[in-house]
Amino acid sequence: MTDLKAVTELPTKTGHFGPYGGRFVSETLMSALDDLSELYERLSKDPEFQAEYDYDLAHYVGRPSPLYFAERLTQHVGGAKIYLKREDLNHTGAHKVNNTIGQALLAKHTGKPKVIAETGAGQHGVATATVAARLGLQCTIFMGATDIERQKLNVYRMRLLGAEVVSVSSGTATLKDAMNEAMRHWVTHVDDTFYIIGTAAGPHPYPKLVRDFQAIIGRETKRQSMALEGRLPDALVACIGGGSNAIGMFYPFIEDESVAMYGVEAGGHGLDGDDHAAPLCKGKPGVLHGNRTYLMADENGQIMPTHSVSAGLDYPGVGPEHSYLKDIGRVNYVAATDQEALDAFHVLTEIEGIIPALESSHAVAFGMKQAAKMDKDKILVINLSGRGDKDIHTVAAIDGIEI
Amino acid sequence: MNRIDRCFKALKTTGKKALIPYITGGDPRPGLTVELMHCLVESGADIIEIGVPFSDPMADGPVIQLACERALAHNTSLRDVLNMVKTFRQTDANTAVALMGYLNPIEVMGYAPFAALASESGVDAVLVVDMPPEESADLSAALKSLGMQSIFLMAPTTPDKRADLICGQGEGYLYYVSVKGVTGSAALDVADVKANLDRIRSKTDLPLAVGFGIKDGATAAAVAKVADAVIVGSALVNCVARNVNDDALIKSELSGIMRQMRAAMDAAV
Repeated sequence: MTDLKAVTELPTKTGHFGPYGGRFVSETLMSALDDLSELYERLSKDPEFQAEYDYDLAHYVGRPSPLYFAERLTQHVGGAKIYLKREDLNHTGAHKVNNTIGQALLAKHTGKPKVIAETGAGQHGVATATVAARLGLQCTIFMGATDIERQKLNVYRMRLLGAEVVSVSSGTATLKDAMNEAMRHWVTHVDDTFYIIGTAAGPHPYPKLVRDFQAIIGRETKRQSMALEGRLPDALVACIGGGSNAIGMFYPFIEDESVAMYGVEAGGHGLDGDDHAAPLCKGKPGVLHGNRTYLMADENGQIMPTHSVSAGLDYPGVGPEHSYLKDIGRVNYVAATDQEALDAFHVLTEIEGIIPALESSHAVAFGMKQAAKMDKDKILVINLSGRGDKDIHTVAAIDGIEI
Repeated sequence: MNRIDRCFKALKTTGKKALIPYITGGDPRPGLTVELMHCLVESGADIIEIGVPFSDPMADGPVIQLACERALAHNTSLRDVLNMVKTFRQTDANTAVALMGYLNPIEVMGYAPFAALASESGVDAVLVVDMPPEESADLSAALKSLGMQSIFLMAPTTPDKRADLICGQGEGYLYYVSVKGVTGSAALDVADVKANLDRIRSKTDLPLAVGFGIKDGATAAAVAKVADAVIVGSALVNCVARNVNDDALIKSELSGIMRQMRAAMDAAV
């Protein structure tokens, strides 16, 4: 059996989770990453920095987010008690802000006046533009042209917040291309620019620091479950694109072996074909965007186009810690299709009055399936990572409604 | 002796500097690459860097991104590029060839099979853009066991401590990236390049090659005065981009720029 305490001590000093992670970037960025590692190492032990972060989470983000007992959903499913961790109630509407608050504080300490970010669904872009507005930092967001089209509301929100949104039309014009372009911009402006990566992937130290900033989700869930139920949950469910909300939920529970964990990838049109974004379920290890991890690549190592109804999950890679947790068998990685996610979107909206993001709908879809197989005295927590207002147009279009 | 070491040794006796052109394998189509390699040699190349196309070339500007897209439109794979080198070797046993690209195609093929195939094809060195020395021990060992070298990058942002590490692991030549940015970036600052090369030269005897921002004879000559080698990529790839359907014009423009750079470099030193 793997020593799970040792697992929680990863990554190593060089940023490795077993064979995964590391730092695969061109030389120009290496020094900036070294500096960032050093800065984070120092500040993460600095009580003043922690206090500042905690204060912002409480008073600006509105934490703790509730752990809500979804009574009608539980009755509807007829299995385990289903709780929702309400990250959708955070300021800006998703878990992304937990991380941007933390990284913007780091940026402030570096003295760099500009921040950049990549975004898929636009949630990370909005969360970055928001903290940049608050701290008076100049902000540029890179977003795939395809995603700009399907997430117009978030594009306008970012512009209102004072960010410049750069449309990326190279490659597949989605999240991976936005990340390529953000990296290219960073390499050119590394002296005055801080790159706020939105997911628990990328070169070391990003997977570690994003996880640490998102781990508030799991820590609160633990405390809240003890308060509400007097015990830990039996199962945790979270959706996975790059995997930041999932690692934030899972990380504090790694040593609690009684807690089963499920990461839900985007099954797109189904895992039998190529139209999905499920590297952990169907991919192989490789190197992209600064880290070694499971990827969707063809037999020649070219990155494959992905598909998901949700822009935030439409990514061919995944954070390296998830790759490691898959290999050691601590987390189960599964998928929900577009259709299952859309069905879950409607169910949760209709019977709980909560409109979930399409990304989070994948977790809801699998969570309902899993809860149905569990006894009524069991507890299952779904991380509701974001709210669905941004997806209303997409869902309406699929349902054939013009608004 | 490795072809790269032999090349720099020979240049040292003549006092000339190396001219290292880069083209992307398979651009504009796989059938033309070997001819273009010979064309580069005829017009003054000492070493050829041949790019392996990748779907996500993070360190490249638009010119080489588009070259990758043109090559990938023909499904040009790592295996195909190695085959091109193999064909080139049948009629050119002397010119050193360095493979340049991103790690994932090599990772997917596997380090040992890749090294075996590269060696069999006549590759002399490998430069993996997104693999700094910290991550390269296994691949470098696989290459070294078959007599091939690992080329590493240095940048204006590389601090002294890292420069020591890179100099310690470098082989063949060090590729100094002249500007902070992607390939095809704005013009370089020769004084700044010289200052950095002086700093590096105090740490190593490896030849220092300078790339990024070299566009024409004038910049090539200026760099040749301070470096051991001049690397030119986007300016050549642009010749391909301008004439994708005209093989003759691609070749005449390529050799035109090459000859201009060669002459300017030779006159400068």
